[in-house]
Amino acid sequence: MRPPNRSTRHRSSGIIDFKKRLGATLVALVILVGILAARIIYLQIIRFEHYSVMSNDNRIKVVPRIPGRGMIFDRNGVVLAENYSAYTLELEPLEEEADFWGVVDGISNLIEITNDDRERIQETLARRSRFANIVIRGELSDEEAAIFLANAYTFPKVKLGARLYRRYPFGELTSHLLGYVGRVTDQDLEDLERQGQRSNYLRTDRKGKLGIEGYYESALRGKLGYDYVEVNSKGKTIRTIESDLPTNGKNLYLSIDIRLQQAAEEAFGDRRGALVALDPNDGSVLAFLSKPGFDPVLFSLGITRDNWKALQSSPDRPLVNRAIAGTYPPGSTIKPFFALAGLESGARTASWTMSDPGYFTIKGSKHRFRDWKKNGHGVVDTHKAIVESCDTYFYKLANDVGIDVLHEYSRRFGFGSPTGLDILGEYAGLAPNPQWKQKRFGQKWFLGDTISVGIGQGYNLVTPTQLAVATAGLANGANVFVPRIVQGIQDNRDQELELTTPLPMFSLKLHAENVELIHHAMIDVTRPGGTAAAAAAGAKYTFAGKTGTAQVFSLKGAEYNEAQIDERLRDHALFIAYAPAEHPKIALAVLVENGGHGGSAAAPIARKVFDTYLTPRVPIGEDFR
Amino acid sequence: MTLGSIRSILLKKMTVSMLVAILAVFGISVLVLFSASQGSWEKLSTHLVNILVAIVLMWCIANLPFQYLHRIALPLYFVGLLLLVLTMFIGDASKGAQRWLDLGFVRLQPSELMKIAVPLTLAWYFDRYEKVLSLSNFILAMVLLVIPVALILEQPDLGTAILVLASGFFIIFFAGLPLRVLLAFVVLFLLALPFAWEFLHEYQRLRVLTLLNPYADPLGSGYHTIQSAIALGSGGFFGKGWMNGTQSQLNFLPEGSTDFIFAVFGEEFGLLGILVLGVLYGFIIYKGLFIASLASTLFARLVAISVTLTFFIYAFVNIGMVTGILPVVGVPLPLVSYGGTSAVTLLLGLGILMNIDKNRRLVQT
Repeated sequence: MRPPNRSTRHRSSGIIDFKKRLGATLVALVILVGILAARIIYLQIIRFEHYSVMSNDNRIKVVPRIPGRGMIFDRNGVVLAENYSAYTLELEPLEEEADFWGVVDGISNLIEITNDDRERIQETLARRSRFANIVIRGELSDEEAAIFLANAYTFPKVKLGARLYRRYPFGELTSHLLGYVGRVTDQDLEDLERQGQRSNYLRTDRKGKLGIEGYYESALRGKLGYDYVEVNSKGKTIRTIESDLPTNGKNLYLSIDIRLQQAAEEAFGDRRGALVALDPNDGSVLAFLSKPGFDPVLFSLGITRDNWKALQSSPDRPLVNRAIAGTYPPGSTIKPFFALAGLESGARTASWTMSDPGYFTIKGSKHRFRDWKKNGHGVVDTHKAIVESCDTYFYKLANDVGIDVLHEYSRRFGFGSPTGLDILGEYAGLAPNPQWKQKRFGQKWFLGDTISVGIGQGYNLVTPTQLAVATAGLANGANVFVPRIVQGIQDNRDQELELTTPLPMFSLKLHAENVELIHHAMIDVTRPGGTAAAAAAGAKYTFAGKTGTAQVFSLKGAEYNEAQIDERLRDHALFIAYAPAEHPKIALAVLVENGGHGGSAAAPIARKVFDTYLTPRVPIGEDFR
Repeated sequence: MTLGSIRSILLKKMTVSMLVAILAVFGISVLVLFSASQGSWEKLSTHLVNILVAIVLMWCIANLPFQYLHRIALPLYFVGLLLLVLTMFIGDASKGAQRWLDLGFVRLQPSELMKIAVPLTLAWYFDRYEKVLSLSNFILAMVLLVIPVALILEQPDLGTAILVLASGFFIIFFAGLPLRVLLAFVVLFLLALPFAWEFLHEYQRLRVLTLLNPYADPLGSGYHTIQSAIALGSGGFFGKGWMNGTQSQLNFLPEGSTDFIFAVFGEEFGLLGILVLGVLYGFIIYKGLFIASLASTLFARLVAISVTLTFFIYAFVNIGMVTGILPVVGVPLPLVSYGGTSAVTLLLGLGILMNIDKNRRLVQT
């Protein structure tokens, strides 16, 4: 492309303008250069003395000091998480990693360095920073430390250090409750940066993940400190000039009673499932268990690839926190809530009865929704429907009140959205209604859908935590509380304990006589003739409960395995309960995956927990309150 | 072939005084880099090869027939845009930014190409419509500028984006952007400033706050600023001497051979050394402005002024951030920092300047 011909006249006026602009630009350049010059003269001439002192006489190196992580106690002051100091072998940060592995090999002749250690070192090398030493081996025994010291002269760059490690005395038992402490990932650092917390962490640091450790990270962490140390021209430390001490993290007091965890664990045996127990008076969490758990120590030094793979691929899925992230059909445990919906909406009264032939049919349809009892329960009222878990009653109830009422009462007890527990990763479950189905599947809602929802076997899905919260609400009768595990946060400097206050989620606004009816029905569930009678036999207190059995209709996530397939297709056993029935102090939900029937598989676990909590006992330690 | 004719081939198209200044700056660069890398011969030899390649490329572009500069402008721009878009999708990510493109036979940073392509294209555009310039031309020129700048910001590479934006702005300004429009932009910018703060990411605010108080986070965001201030300040008037800077030799100073090389230089050579470097830079810029004011066509004049002023911005932003008056953005010290790409694009620009210098009589119409 050729440019068009130019006119001289036009250009000359352009040149005048150009010269003017050039002049203005020159002025700007002079000003900018002047600013730079002033700044450089300020640094190099006026502040020369100051910076000389900082650089030449005192060669100050900043060494970070990691704060001690807050401890975690149960409601009786039993330690659930603590720190302990152990010897480490550390290498000073190097510019070039030329002979790094040579040094490691040399040490491995004296002290065992496993392949796991090597893998971990490799990871650290990739993330090392100019400030942090590289840990070659952690947790040396006294003997190993002595062996190293005797040979220390051969490894001038390696030094014996000490670091704080995290210990969980109850191991797997508290793994899903507490989470673990693990190395910060790049993603963590980005998140911390967004929260303005980045400067409180080193690249090689560790932070709480999952559970209480994760949720209360900012309280447990404390604040990074710094030592300003003088080094000689070879970089060796001469003395510490100034210290900006780290602030240790805060201690946490949980409402958990570790003995309940133990009782539940023992009762579960090798079975998979979850148990969540709450105080219905304030929503504080008394027990929180998901089975199976995992060994949190695997994570503390940085988990190795093999261990991670093993945890990830296990068909038991030990990394899934079933109490909050397992969603299950509620089965018959939903019935007390829907019975209340029937009474409150006016569709049922205390004296209302029906005759159960053993099935229910929708008007104008031939399809029979069958009761679990082939020939039916005879004449059934609301009380009997709960005690005997009569399906036909609830099919008809669902049919009569409709999905919108069922949905409303589900939501009122907290189903269908996360409860707000102080552990992250909670699932919402599902309280279905026609709008949801339209959005999710693009399909119309059928009356049949409502009928199946009525016995907790439709689209409805709940987490054990939600079920426990709803049960606590039922026990309380007036309020549903947000479940809370941490009851007190203690500042390490002044020992001051800051208590959390109970947080009401909903006010139930139910009629007392209706609550009373359900209450009595649930008590009779645990008496002779009820579905949980066997589990309650011989108890020194009365308790109210409801069994449930949820059909397994998918094998999501599990690999096909012929030896196990039968067991894994069995129904999930559920049980909700509270005790003592007169003045409930504890409410819980138990789920046993593929456990079979709720009355025989899940209820005995609840019984063990109740016995432990309600039987007079010798106190372990002083209650922190 | 006689010695004289060889010299004539080598230097005929060179602006010799500028070449001398460039070589002197490279001399400083070699000294400082050797010290900053604590006597690493390996790094030094790589650096020397980079310099050599860059000088050869400068010679080539200076010897290119002048009309070619017109012709390559637009194709270069579109190839650059294409590569930038490709980088967005298949580029290599390192240190959180996606800047590099692997074409199989060569790995390159398309954003660097834009430092040359943008001024050439905009200058070509204004030259073509010189007679009939109207406001719409300026608007289209801004669009041509904003597209690559936005793509580079997206990578993200704030340093390069600033330099490309500056190179384009200078062209538009000297093409005669009406002052009212310029003023309107300035006012708009000032008005938007308080709102911009709200839109910044936490870490971006942190960078600005670090500038105000680097001691808030002495090991994190404030570290670079504090250590380079100590290095510069303790250098004083005469400096601590070559290879004697404690800040750099004891590894206190991060990125001492790249973006923060000015701090190493200031520590070891003091204010005196900085003055010498300043004079050399000053001469290159003076010469560039001189060439621009004598250039015969609008195209040549605009390209020359843009190349020269962008060179100034390079130095200003780098020294500004090292001395702690500007936030830390990744801009190297021109002709001194370690790194082949910036050396090549800078010398390509200076080669174009020489080309314009030697062709001012030839193209006179």
